Amino acid sequence: MTTESETAVRPVVEIKNLHKSFGDNHVLRGIDFTVRQGEVVCVIGPSGSGKSTLLRCVNLLEVPQQGQVLVRGEDITDPDCHLDAARQQIGMVFQQFNLFPHLTALVNCTVAQTTVLKRKPAEADRIARANLERVGLSEKITAFPAQLSGGQQQRVAIARALSMDPALMLFDEPTSALDPELVGDVLTVMRKLALDGMTMLVVTHEMAFAREVADRVVFMDGGVIVEQGPPADVIGNPSHERTRTFLRRVLDPTHVEPTA
Amino acid sequence: MTVTAASEPVVRPGLSPRQRARRSRAIQYTILVVIVVVAAFTADWRQIVDVFFKPDLMKEAFEEGLLSALVRTLVYTAGAFVLGLVAGTVLALMRLSQVAPYRWFSMAYIEFFRGLPAIVVFIAFSLLPLAFEGLRIPFDPYGTVWLALGIVAAAYMAEVIRAGIQAVPKGQVEAARSLGMPPGTAMRKILLPQAFRIVLPPLTNDLILLVKDSSLVFIIGTSATAFELTGFGRDMANSVSNLTPLVTAGFCYLLITLPLGILVRRLEAKAAKAR
Ligand SMILES: Nc1ncnc2c1ncn2[C@@H]1O[C@H](COP(=O)(O)OP(=O)(O)O)[C@@H](O)[C@H]1O
Ligand SMILES: [Mg+2]
Repeated sequence: MTTESETAVRPVVEIKNLHKSFGDNHVLRGIDFTVRQGEVVCVIGPSGSGKSTLLRCVNLLEVPQQGQVLVRGEDITDPDCHLDAARQQIGMVFQQFNLFPHLTALVNCTVAQTTVLKRKPAEADRIARANLERVGLSEKITAFPAQLSGGQQQRVAIARALSMDPALMLFDEPTSALDPELVGDVLTVMRKLALDGMTMLVVTHEMAFAREVADRVVFMDGGVIVEQGPPADVIGNPSHERTRTFLRRVLDPTHVEPTA
Repeated sequence: MTVTAASEPVVRPGLSPRQRARRSRAIQYTILVVIVVVAAFTADWRQIVDVFFKPDLMKEAFEEGLLSALVRTLVYTAGAFVLGLVAGTVLALMRLSQVAPYRWFSMAYIEFFRGLPAIVVFIAFSLLPLAFEGLRIPFDPYGTVWLALGIVAAAYMAEVIRAGIQAVPKGQVEAARSLGMPPGTAMRKILLPQAFRIVLPPLTNDLILLVKDSSLVFIIGTSATAFELTGFGRDMANSVSNLTPLVTAGFCYLLITLPLGILVRRLEAKAAKAR
């Protein structure tokens, strides 16, 4: 058992001097940051600034060329690291849901539990049902992904990740592929998760969500972190011109920039 | 037409495009009618029916064991399909392996047996017992037929299955891996089930080809008790000096392949709709 103050500061993810290139395209140019236990960190920034790449480096879907990613103190960029074991602790929710189309909502949530965590089918089933209920989909457990709306699919994807009891959840623009009227349901689920104390790293364009839920907002541009801090500062009163320009575009999409 | 006309818009005075299409259709129908009429009057229909479709010979074919020949064709095909499917999946996985020699072997195998006429493989199998004295392939003659057909089928199916695996969206592997699934588990639980769904139509096509290739069995020189449709039809046609038994056997092939062909088109339509 650890005390309250200890868990509050223990880093779940530590990223040190992270560099990632695709060929000549130097996408991440030295990223340093930390996500502590129970923290909700929102990553914002223009398209192409490397937000997805950063998130994908955290569970090594992309292999960085330089730097370290420490998950609960373990360096997962170390070739000797047990990567699959590390990934079990990191839930990932994708922009395009990536549900398994040949499996029902329930089995989507049990398949990794039984094969990876070696849980008994009955136990996996119970946990999956609990998590589907948590995202408000107890009625849809036997449905296949194709029978669900985008918002429902994304909530199944969240339940699938939660069923592994992750220490950290990664969200890569989880509402960007959704029809506007379905965005709210997913954000509600995420808000509830945050309240439950889940550690979350969220790439999003939903500024209202970031402002309300995030403990910290990170603004990325051109492969570097330009500024980070409490949402009231980064979104409410940004100190960098690049942040201001970006926020003007996002908050007022009809706004036309004076010729740059 | 003058040479300069090519550069001008092709508008011929007099006929609109619709009128021209109608005229073209009328010409095609006329040609068809002429051919049918000529055929009907010049051909000796009595003779044709007598040689190809003699009813009492059809009946005799049934009595002589056409149905068991049909069953044997089905058993030869089914066994070879299962063998080809298993070996083809293994070859497809080898083709996608990280280990280069596996890839090379698989590539060499696939190219070799796809490039070779199936009949050559069958001739080789017919010669095997001569070359290796005392060699016995289990489940004779089924084992030999399954092996000969399966070896070739595996090459075709491997390519189809590999394409199917690669057609599964990249996000599926990423989702599986991000849940902590090792590559093998992700392949078995996530990729292969989806890949097989994708390749169901082309695999059914391969099955149709197999049904037909099973006719090559006669080259191995099976005894009359192991005759499949072609062997049976040929043997009986020889002995009665009439083509009717062979034609009857041919119809039996269509009885199998036509429904499979329809199934393929259904599956393809369904897949196109799902996309
Ligand atoms: N798999 C990849 N291969 C090549 N280039 C990539 C790949 N993934 C991302 N990129 C490039 O990296 C840059 C950052 O992409 P991304 O991280 O997706 O940005 P964001 O999520 O902020 O929009 C882009 O220029 C993109 O083209
Ligand atoms: Mg992105």
